[in-house]
Amino acid sequence: MPTGLHNFFHTFFDLHQIANVMPDLLRDGLLNTLMISAAAIICGTTIGIVLATLLVSRRWYLRAPARVYVDIFRGLPIIVTVMMVGLGLPIAGLHFFGRNSYPYAVFALALVSGAYMSEIFRSGIQSVDRGQMEAARSLGLSYLGAMRLVIVPQGVRRVLPALTNQFVAMVKDSSLVYLLGLLASQRELFSIAKDTTFETGNLSALTAAGLVYLAITIPLTHAVNALDRRMREGGAVRLATTAGAPLQLLGAQEGR
Amino acid sequence: MTVSLETSTQIPAVAVVGLWKKFGEHTVLKGVDLQVERGRTVCLIGASGSGKSTLLRCMNMLEAPTSGSVFLDGLDITGRGVDIDAVRSHVGMVFQQFNLFPHMTVLRNITLALRKVRGMAAGQAEEVARARLADVGLSEYVKHRPGQLSGGQQQRVAIARALAMEPKVMLFDEPTSALDPELVKGVLDIMRQLAARDMTMIVVTHEMGFAREVADHVAFLDQGILVEQGPPSAVFGAPRSERLQAFLSQVL
Repeated sequence: MPTGLHNFFHTFFDLHQIANVMPDLLRDGLLNTLMISAAAIICGTTIGIVLATLLVSRRWYLRAPARVYVDIFRGLPIIVTVMMVGLGLPIAGLHFFGRNSYPYAVFALALVSGAYMSEIFRSGIQSVDRGQMEAARSLGLSYLGAMRLVIVPQGVRRVLPALTNQFVAMVKDSSLVYLLGLLASQRELFSIAKDTTFETGNLSALTAAGLVYLAITIPLTHAVNALDRRMREGGAVRLATTAGAPLQLLGAQEGR
Repeated sequence: MTVSLETSTQIPAVAVVGLWKKFGEHTVLKGVDLQVERGRTVCLIGASGSGKSTLLRCMNMLEAPTSGSVFLDGLDITGRGVDIDAVRSHVGMVFQQFNLFPHMTVLRNITLALRKVRGMAAGQAEEVARARLADVGLSEYVKHRPGQLSGGQQQRVAIARALAMEPKVMLFDEPTSALDPELVKGVLDIMRQLAARDMTMIVVTHEMGFAREVADHVAFLDQGILVEQGPPSAVFGAPRSERLQAFLSQVL
């Protein structure tokens, strides 16, 4: 094997090193990464949906602030947002979340992903037929009630596949929490890997972390796609099996 | 014009007064007046683009008139300060495209407004919904999704959904136009039953047979003007205006 290739394999794929760091990654890192990303996904989705309903508003004073928000947080590098929120807020004396780094990281990630997701949700909401809003309003529901109960649930379903990218991005970007300083027990996948590389002088720990990230993100992608397929096909499948016969029966009656 | 209690023994269920509607430069309604007495069925007929759907949609403010008024039970619903959500909850509307909520079961389509608008308890709302579904002959479809039903069945669910709110007036916007021919009759039968039970109905329709047979009053619109109106025997039997004559010769 040429020396260069040998060095490369030794540096990134030292099985001994990978095996050494794996227990730490799986015991602490995996759980912490999942915790941060799950929280960021939930908060980001909430922010995204609220922003989206503002973005489609006919009132400019609701639309304008939402638009500014999206432009800013979509335009800044995530690392800047994480530093400004996680380091900036406490420096400014705003200790919303005490000394714990996690909530700040989650908040920053949610701010960013909310901006991205709002555009996805907006397109979903706008794709819902106008008649749905008219039907809901003519039953006496308020605009917000119609949005919440009728329009948004349909819009969200339609953009599920597009959201996968955002969910995966959250898992990966959760590593940025290391910028804010962590207790030993709080280290997530990337921090553990990074610290290990400093101790050993070998980068195989990063490869190990990468493998665990893939073990999260690939199943996540397939899970969202499966959920999407189920929502899409649910009606049609049941139509063919349980409802087929009575439908025809009644159709025949109607025809008489 | 004002609707005064002293001069009319009965306030009309719906009164449209001097209604104008413009979409930008395009004028769709040009000063329409129409009165609908309680318990009557009024059919609005006319060519596509004559403004009949817009007129209907002004009656629950899905379209805001440019000028003029719409009175429901004597209340001007175009006025400022009117709680339009409350008004709409007493006006049933049935659309050409059904507009059922596809992500909800048939039952929930009907209970939604009962619970969220009327504040009804879940059990009571379900009871009402099942009764109205029985009225339209679809009791066994409670758990189905709209996508699993035929167009005719969807439209009947939409009618049940509107009726569940116990509306004072039912508005029908070409309720059978999107249906396959063999499914039209089932929907028209239900509308006939409603008319027979003295529901106040305003129906935009291309079904001249239905208008002739069921309507108490027929109004013909042409280019945003209510050209001619009267009992169906007069409108269909002895049309006075050339425009109505021309229209009827096209459709009959």
